[in-house]
Amino acid sequence: FFFLGPSIDRKMWGIARRKNLGQALQKVLPAGSMTVREALNSALDEEMSADHSFLDGLESTRISKGLLEKYGPDRVLDTPITEAGFAGIGVGAAYYGLRPVVKFMIFNFSMQAIDHIINSAAKSNCMSVGQISVPIVFRGPNGANAGVDVQHSQCYAAWYAHPDPVVFLENELLYGESFPISAEVFDSSFCLPIGKAKIEREGKYVTITSFSKMVGHALQVDTFKGISAEVDDIVRAVKRACYRSILMAATT
Amino acid sequence: MSAFAAVRIPSPVLVRARSAGEKPYAPFVSCPAAHGLHRTHVRSTRLGRPLLAVSSDVLSGQKSLGANSSPSHHAVVSREEALVLYEDMVLGRVFEDMCAQMYYRGKMFGFVHLYNGQEAVSTGFIKLLETRDSVVSTYRDHVHALSKGVPARAVMAELFGKATGCCRGQGGSMHMFSAPHNLLGGFAFIGEGIPVATGAAFSSKYRHEVLKESNPNGLDVTVAFFGDGTCNNGQFFECLNMAQLWKLPIVFVVENNLWAIGMSHLRATSDPEIWKKGPAFGMPGVHVDGMDVLKVREVAVEAIGRARSGEGPTLVECETYRFRGHSLADPDELRKPDEKAHYAARDPIITLKKYILENSLACETELKAIEKKIDELIEDAVEFADSSPPPPRSQLLENVFADPKGFGIGPDGKYRCEDPKFTEGTAQV
Repeated sequence: FFFLGPSIDRKMWGIARRKNLGQALQKVLPAGSMTVREALNSALDEEMSADHSFLDGLESTRISKGLLEKYGPDRVLDTPITEAGFAGIGVGAAYYGLRPVVKFMIFNFSMQAIDHIINSAAKSNCMSVGQISVPIVFRGPNGANAGVDVQHSQCYAAWYAHPDPVVFLENELLYGESFPISAEVFDSSFCLPIGKAKIEREGKYVTITSFSKMVGHALQVDTFKGISAEVDDIVRAVKRACYRSILMAATT
Repeated sequence: MSAFAAVRIPSPVLVRARSAGEKPYAPFVSCPAAHGLHRTHVRSTRLGRPLLAVSSDVLSGQKSLGANSSPSHHAVVSREEALVLYEDMVLGRVFEDMCAQMYYRGKMFGFVHLYNGQEAVSTGFIKLLETRDSVVSTYRDHVHALSKGVPARAVMAELFGKATGCCRGQGGSMHMFSAPHNLLGGFAFIGEGIPVATGAAFSSKYRHEVLKESNPNGLDVTVAFFGDGTCNNGQFFECLNMAQLWKLPIVFVVENNLWAIGMSHLRATSDPEIWKKGPAFGMPGVHVDGMDVLKVREVAVEAIGRARSGEGPTLVECETYRFRGHSLADPDELRKPDEKAHYAARDPIITLKKYILENSLACETELKAIEKKIDELIEDAVEFADSSPPPPRSQLLENVFADPKGFGIGPDGKYRCEDPKFTEGTAQV
């Protein structure tokens, strides 16, 4: 399992965003392409080399490919399947300034650890009045998957809609999808801000907001009955701060 | 480095609680005479057999096991150490008694859980720690904070909800945090502090092994305090496993006061001997008389020493008792008077006082002087807390998010956190 610094999420969403942008606005010339999985992997790699990040959780997919060999078992920790325990361990390590990235196989399993996500990670900064902050990232696939059961398909975006701690909701179906990206993305200091919605496609009469996999679907609502539709990707901020962008978009 | 990789799990070290005469440990058996063992109150269980909580020898068991039937212990501490222990326990007791008074006078409110009777556990462990070591506790954390070095003024002001408290009034009785003293809370949910403590121990090991920041005196140790009820909780077992797997520098201290709020430990637990859960995970499990600070201290020396040298975690079960109810709102009707009387006779402060006087480590007047000093300290703490200002309204929204901009943009287009009305709670949202 992995620990990564907080900027991975910004980069991640930049990647996902770029794909849709590339599709919709042909004037952007992509400088290469990358699957979401590769994007995650490279972002994790960059952050682990940048600071005291380490990975914590159950990671048996290819997202962590190569990181165990590169950083060793002290920084890429394979844990037992004990979410409450390893999420809490991540919080305790974050208390002392390490940068854990806690991975859940899917976000449904975060229910086993929700005591730590909310009661210790989210509230410690408030309880200790800023003496102890928790620079932790919880990540993992979220939402719909193909043919898995009810208990593996829930979307937790509404549950984790606040910025502290960072809860990074991915989508399993997108991992293998490839998106074109521009050259600047390869710069190790590239990152995108959390909290700002991205206009994927300009339009005049209707605003469609979405996040994650649904952005792709929304973009396919192309010239819906001849009405040009603007598509906003709010994936980077499932919270109030981007309401302003939505409001602006809807009123103009 | 390899300890982290845990590629090979060593065979578990089975340490049993020793009984006098080194007989194989038979549970629920009282051993006659001999030093260090006290026959405790006989209590019949639903299973029909008499159950005796037995206090045991310490982990290393190096004491001479003569047939001396006097309950005194041989001098294991120096005069200075004994006085430090005495003062710390008296501080804890007087502070908690004052809390009760203040609560009934309406100066503090909400949940207040007092530690009377359990002082030996806190003092026995925490007085052996250095400032760099961490302590994680539960809602019954006032005395842990005091033992760790948080000033009585700061703790009292926190209980009163004043801005001069250790958490500026926002933590309250159950959430004592102090970064300079490495006191990591204060958690209301049972079992919640255990993974956090395990993570703190992980960070200590990580800093040593990966970041190569070594201290010549060994690793920073984390001590996690929790109760008997927590030992049935899933997070506890998850952390015993991971702590032993990675040989983390942590000591798990169970304050077994036989009651989880109103649930008797014996009725709630399939096997009430908590120390046995340690060897099941490959770590030593020790049972110790938690009403005797010197015994607790001896076990603590060894457990903390193990952790510091990187040998891994220890599970220590301290048989102790809380003289008051679960909280100040608890009428405490469920516990039998004879059980309470039995443990009141084993009051740790009285026991230590007797020991000090019998071994001529100090005289009565010196102990009285310490008590007077503590009384004055607590009165000063109350006055300080009383005269401190309450927190300003603007404090309410600080620290909710690590980045204050987390509240987003307001209707006027500026960040909400920059609007003074918002932080005072009077803005239009």
